[in-house]
Order: sequence, then structure tokens, then C-alpha cells
Amino acid sequence: MSPLLFLILVPILSAALVMAGANPRFTALLGAAVNVLLFGALAFFFNPLQEGFQFVSSFPVVPDLGIGFTLGADGLSMVMLFLSVVVTLAAIAVARTPVDGARWFYASLLFISAGVVGAFASVDVFFFYMFHELALIPTFLLIGIWGSGDKQAAAWKATVYLATGSFVLLLGLIGLYLIQPVDARSFDLRQIVAHADAGLIYDSPVVYLLLLVGFGILVSLFPFHTWAPQAYASAPAPAAMLHAGVLKKFGLYGLIRIAAPVLPESVQAFLPLLLVLLIGNIIYVGYVTIAQRKLDWMLGYSSVMHMGYIFLGFAALNEISLTGASVMLLSHGLTVAVLFALCGEIRERTGTLDFSELGGLARTAPRLGLAFGFAAMASVGLPGFVGFAAELMVFFGSFAGAPPAMGIFDGKEVFSFNFLQIGTICAVWGIVISAIYMLRGYRLIFMGPVQERWSSIGDIGGISQAAVVLLIGIMLLFGFFPQTLVNLVTPALILP
Amino acid sequence: MIQPIALEIIVVCLGILLLMVEAFSSKTSKTPLAYAAILGLSVVFVLTFFVQPSAAGLQESGFYVLDPLALFFKRFALVATIVTLVLALDYLPIVQRLVPGERPGAGSGEFFILPVFTCAGLMWMASAADFIVIFCALELVTISLYVQVAYLRRSIASLEAGTKFLILGALSTGFFVYGITWIFGTVGQTGLEAIRQALPGVPEAAQPAMIFGVALVLVAIGFKIAAAPFQFWVPDVYQGAPTPVTAYLAVASKAAGFVILIRVLEPFFTVIAFQEKLFLALVLLAGLTLLFGNLAAIPQTNFKRLMGYSSVAHAGYLLVGLAAIGDAFAGRAVVFYLCGYLLMTFLAFLILVPVSKASGGDDIANFNGLARRSPALALAMLIAAASLAGVPFTVGFFGKFFIFEAAMKQELFGLVLLGVVTVACGFYYYFKVIRAMYWQPASEDAAPVQVSVLSRLAIAICAVLILVLGFYPQLLIQILP
Repeated sequence: MSPLLFLILVPILSAALVMAGANPRFTALLGAAVNVLLFGALAFFFNPLQEGFQFVSSFPVVPDLGIGFTLGADGLSMVMLFLSVVVTLAAIAVARTPVDGARWFYASLLFISAGVVGAFASVDVFFFYMFHELALIPTFLLIGIWGSGDKQAAAWKATVYLATGSFVLLLGLIGLYLIQPVDARSFDLRQIVAHADAGLIYDSPVVYLLLLVGFGILVSLFPFHTWAPQAYASAPAPAAMLHAGVLKKFGLYGLIRIAAPVLPESVQAFLPLLLVLLIGNIIYVGYVTIAQRKLDWMLGYSSVMHMGYIFLGFAALNEISLTGASVMLLSHGLTVAVLFALCGEIRERTGTLDFSELGGLARTAPRLGLAFGFAAMASVGLPGFVGFAAELMVFFGSFAGAPPAMGIFDGKEVFSFNFLQIGTICAVWGIVISAIYMLRGYRLIFMGPVQERWSSIGDIGGISQAAVVLLIGIMLLFGFFPQTLVNLVTPALILP
Repeated sequence: MIQPIALEIIVVCLGILLLMVEAFSSKTSKTPLAYAAILGLSVVFVLTFFVQPSAAGLQESGFYVLDPLALFFKRFALVATIVTLVLALDYLPIVQRLVPGERPGAGSGEFFILPVFTCAGLMWMASAADFIVIFCALELVTISLYVQVAYLRRSIASLEAGTKFLILGALSTGFFVYGITWIFGTVGQTGLEAIRQALPGVPEAAQPAMIFGVALVLVAIGFKIAAAPFQFWVPDVYQGAPTPVTAYLAVASKAAGFVILIRVLEPFFTVIAFQEKLFLALVLLAGLTLLFGNLAAIPQTNFKRLMGYSSVAHAGYLLVGLAAIGDAFAGRAVVFYLCGYLLMTFLAFLILVPVSKASGGDDIANFNGLARRSPALALAMLIAAASLAGVPFTVGFFGKFFIFEAAMKQELFGLVLLGVVTVACGFYYYFKVIRAMYWQPASEDAAPVQVSVLSRLAIAICAVLILVLGFYPQLLIQILP
């Protein structure tokens, strides 16, 4: 039995205990902490030099269709698991126990956590998919009951979008199954990749499109992104942290894991389409983000926008860019989790997130302001934070992703940019955009004169502060030593 | 070893015996009858495991088969009837209120006994291999259901439902018989095996007559399984009928319809000349049913009516599976789906009965705040709704997955894409129930929900099975025929 199973079972058992009557907050916190320790133990025994998946255990579920409950982890999954357990701990730490239905609240959070851990620990594509869907109902409940603003509309929209996306994705996965050789079909990722290596898989563009649209809806790829900002703006802070920080990485992780090694030709064939869409994410959504007048909506859109960079890393399909994309899965997850946590703290204190009503909070809550400043800088991609390393790799990798196109000018052959390079150049503009909205948001909330009514709000402290410090600390740590991540991630990537 | 036909005979005898006891006993409490029926049917259920599926004597006559499929559906019918009786026990106070008699308790006994006869009909139907036998079994089922649907004499809705069901049911029976005559007229046979042998010899000039006959039969079965465009009776009948009968109709009657469909279409699928036309008919039927059932379910506010449209929608997915029957796994996928459908539909109705008793209505709004009133019941309903919608880790998801998988293997891409759109609709209308339970506050006067021990047991079994099969479907797949 794989030790990874315990990583999935701990949140589920904690949720069961919470439902059965244990102290909700304490039990949830304990479960999350136990999971972090468990992960630490796993990381200790994990051998980064060994190729392939470790801690593998398999249990056939539908042998006729080659579905098995197979768990395992390699460097990339370890990074994602690390993100999952840490953000879970932080999310539960900053959660405010609601007056009504505290049990359901914490149980829902724990179920989302179990789902993401299960997804990233799965080697079987089918269970990878199933675990992701574990979050569907908890999300519906969390936003619908404990959300803010137009929470019901947000919950409906997110649920219907995600359900549709997941069934499109399911079709894609069935397609992935059917394009394998008839007598050796399997949902086991190792086998699928082995088939692809042996050239036995028909590189079907239809399957790739289904996967791209399915994963794309889940990751809020432009133009399927409209559910995300609304859902994150309405969700309670811990739900937004888990969802935007961890759960949404599922789709990109899936594309890097499945589409890149198995369907490389289709990825190449649809590169122009994907480039247009991801530029939509970065530029169009970026400008939409600038136009936001409320912090929660701004963060929601900004998290959609940043997905564009990761898509760019995926689209270029070379070692540097894919490594950058993978590292960015972690860096963006941590950054957005801190931002949503702080957003929740501000909402808690002021009751509003409208830029026009806020101002000068840094004077009354200096630690909150400092933490937000750190997170905002990390989000922009300041050197020193792990996001910088990731963005750098993505841009370098994608710029060098294809041989330069040569054009004819004035009868002479001259150097010109290829599609990917043009896309990269557009994407770099996104850094300016995010600097604009982040710095402006920071100025409007934390600087300027203190308004009378905010003069007595409390600063961040206690366990929430510890959670925020933990996340920022990790961002800085990996920001200074990104090579640790690269060493873990790169061997796990299978390049076409 | 017992003779296979003995099973049906025992069930019929059990029904007659209970009727006699009911008629001549002076007791006013009728619940012992229900317990006796449950016990008797459980015994028969155990007996099914002692029947050899290859009892040759009866099979040679060609009208009664006992293959694994038949045996499986006999068990299916028995389980469905037992759960229906559990539901009926919970529903008894409403029956007593709406069926007044001269003596206390009079007129409520048959409510427990009629399902036993229906069960006998369903079991017969599972084994029928001759159009005449299919017709007789079908009539036994339908006529006993007419009575059950219209059982609540004082309820106008129930009477209306009964009338609609009777008239449209009789019409569909007419179609069925007329179709049989055309088929008989072409090949001179009513036995399915005999028809299969005679089919290749049908001259080309007679083929339109044959297709006409099959089409009429398809219309009649379409009525039974509630496939669009023959689904008009469904919402009204489901809403008006007593809740246990609604559940029974939704599960057992539909499953029986699908067994007949599988049996009747089988010989015609072997002949190339009919294959394409039948396939086209099934695809059209499936597409229409999916679209109608799911779209019409969206605005519903009454839970039973919602379940009615949902039953149409599920018939659509099952028909997609049938259209893909060329795939080796598709047959099992359909049966798997039916089993999952049994679990989740009964679970929903098992919860509806006590909830509507406590809050006095069948509307989705009656579920408001259930999560606060009785969290365990709400959790069970959450599982049922999630499974009906097709959320992973429930049996409903695997049902849909297997069917989509088979359909994609058969390259029915149009139907599969339509299926994805309708699944999205499904998420919306099933989640409306979850919303009512978790988002909405309970009304002030809502009484606490009481659930009997037997129902609690049934709810727990259904909910656990849905989750277990949602993780490990192989448990069921390996026993499928």
C-alpha cells in the first residue's frame, strides 16, 4: 500500500470526524498539520535521483477497461503535493469559523483538500480526473452558503461551468483511451506514455482539442474564464485559496503531464490557436483586471490572467519552458493563496473591498500592509520570489521554443519572429499590466490618508499571521533557491 | 434444485394468499401484510440463487428463457418490489387519509399486495421470449399498476394520473398488439427465436411490413420506458401517483421495458437489412429523449415531477447505450446503469416520503433547510442527487462513463456531445435540490423528520452502495450477465 494513500485519507477521515461531532476547527487544523508532517516524511524518503514514479501501489478497479486505483509520485507530483498540503494548512488556519454550519464548512474544505491531494498523487488518469471532481459539491456549498456578494449566481455559474468542462474532459480522456492500440488500452499514465514512446498512439487532434477545452474550462482559459473571477470574488477566503491556489492547477498539470508527451504533434498543430487564447488570457483579461474596482474581483481576474503564462510555457513544449510552467504552478499557487488570505482578512476587518472606500490601512494595520506588499510583488514577479524564476524560465523557454522564421525583405533574407516569439513578446507586456493593477491596488488600499472609520481596525495576528508568514517564507526560500525545484521537476517532465 | 417457473408461481401464490388473509382477517392494522410480503419476496430472492440458468425443458418450447440476463432481472424486480413495500409502509398514513373505508384500515391492505402481482409480471417479462408471453406479462404489470397509480381515491391528482396512465397505456398496448400482428403476418411466428431464424428469409417486398411492425412495437415499448416522443404521460402520472408507486414506475417498469427492448431488438439486429434502420431509430429516439428530458426538467419545482423528467432523461442515456450495443461492453454498461438508477432513484424517494410527510408537500421547497433539520437525511439526499447528476465517486458517474465510453467506441460522436450538454443541464436541476437543502433556511413550522427503522436501513444501504460502487464498480460488473 502506498503511503500516499494516507495523505488522501487523513483529510477524509478528519472530515468524517468533523461531521461526527469532533471540534470542527481543531480537528481540521490537526488533520491539515498531520498531512504536512506526513508529506515531510514522504519527502524525506523520496529519492530525487530515481526515475519514474515512487511509492507506487496499484489496485485494479475496472480491469476490463484498464482502470486502476494507482498512486505514485515523481518530482512534479511531489511539488504539487507540497503545494496542496501547505495551502490546505494555511487555508484552514486563516478560516473564520462560521456561526452556522461550522461542521459542513470545515468538512467541505477538507474534502477539497482530499480531492487535490488525490488528483496529484494519482498515476491513473481516470482517478486523477475523479479526484478533481471531489471538489465540485464542496465548492458549490462553500460559495453558496458562506460566500459574499451575489454568491448564489456565482456558485451556480461555477458549478455548471466546471461540470460541463469536466464532462468534456471525460470525453477527451475516453478518446485518449481509444486512440491506444486495441489490445493494450489503459488509463495508466505510465502505459499511455510508453505507448506514445513506442509510436503506437495515433496523435489525434480531436482528442487534443477535447482535452484542451476540458482542461481549459477548469483552468479558466480565455474565453472559458468567466466563471472564475466571480466564483473567487464570492467564495470565502479559504475556499478561494484552495480553489485558485491549488485546484485550478489541475488542468495545467494535466496538460503538461498528458498532452505534452502523448499528443505533441497536435499541440504543435494547434499552437497558433492556443497562443491566441493565452494572449487573450494575459492581455485581454489583464486589461479587464486593471478596470476592476474591488479587490476580490481584481484578484479573481488576476489569477485568471496568470494562467496565460503557464499556458505559454506549456505551448512552447521544450524543457526550459515546461520546467518554468511547472515551477509557476507552485509559485502562482502560493502567491494567490496569500493574496486571497489577506483579502479575506481585509474583508473581515472593514466589511468592504471597494477601492473607493478603503485607504491608508497600512498605518493602522502595518503587518497586513507589509504582507500584502510582499504578495503583490511576488505576483508581479519581483526577483527574490519564486515567481520570478518561473516567469524567467517560461519566457526564455518559449522565446527559444521554435526556430526563428526567416522573412524576405527588400529581396534579402532577414531575421524575423516566429509565432511563438510574437506570443512571448505580447506576454511580457503582461508583467507591466500586472504591475499596474497590483501597485495601484496596493496604493488605494494601504496608502494615502487614513479614513476615520478605519482608524481602529486591528492588525493581522495569531494563527492567521503564522499561516501568511509560512506561505511568504516558502516563496522567498524557493525564490532564492529555485534550483531545488528545477532539480525535482525537470526529470519528471517527458519531452516529445 | 427448483424449477425456474416455480419462482413466478410462488410470487403469484404469495399474492393470492395475502389477498385472502386481507379479505378474511378482522385485524385493522394492515402492516403485517407488508412485512409478510417483504419476507416472502426475500425468500424468493434467496431461492433465485438455487435455480439453474440452463433448465432446458421450458426453453425448448421457445417462450420462456432463463439465461443469466433473465435471472438477473428477476432479482432486480424482487429487490425493487421489496424497496417499494418499504416505501409503502412509510406512506401508509397518507393512504389511510385518502382512502377512507367503513372500518379503520379498510382499503389499505391491497396497497401492499398489488406490487406483489406486479412483481410476478416483471419476473415473467424478464424471461419472456415470445411476443404473446411478453404481451401477457406486460398486461399483468400494467393493469396492476393502473390500480396502484389511481389508488388514492380522494386525491384528484391521483385519479387524474390513473386516468391518463390508463388511456395512454391502453393506447400503447394497442400499438403493441398491432405491431405483433404485422410481424406475425410477415414471418408467421411469434417466438423471438423462431423470428430470428425466419428473418433472413423474409423477401424484400415484405420488409416494409416487417419494419412497420417493429416500429409499432418500438412505439409501445417507448411508452413503457418513457422515451420521447412517447413520454407525455410521465410528469402528470409521476406527480399524481402515490410516491411508492412513482418510485416503482420509475425503476421497475422502466427496467422491464429495457429488458424487453433488448430481447425484441436482438433478432432484428442480426439482419443487415434492418440493422441500419433500427440503429437510426434508436439514435433519434435517444437524442430526442436526452434533449427533452433534460431541458424540460430545468424549470420544475415539484420534486416528483422533476423525478419524472429525470426518468425520461435517464432513459435517454440508456438508449444511447442501446444504440452502441455493437460494442462488447455496451450491454453490461446498460445493465450497470439500470442498477445504479435503481439505487439512486429509490434513495431519492426513500427520503422524499418522510420529508413530504413532515412538511406536507412534494415540492423542492419542502426540502428547504433539511441540512439543519436532519443532517444525515440531507447527506443521503446529497449523495442521491450527486449520483443522479453524475458526480464522480458515485455509481451514477460510472454508469454515464461506461455508456459514453461504449458510444465513443461506436463513433456516436453526435450523441455523446449532446450527452455532455444534457449532463450540464442535469447538474443544474439536481443541484436545485442540494441548494434547497443547504442554502435555504427552513420554514418556521417545519416538523422534525421522522424516519422508520426499516427505511433508515434501506437509506443507509442505498447510500453506501452508491458510494462503494462509485469507487469500485467491479463489484457489480463481475456479476452482470
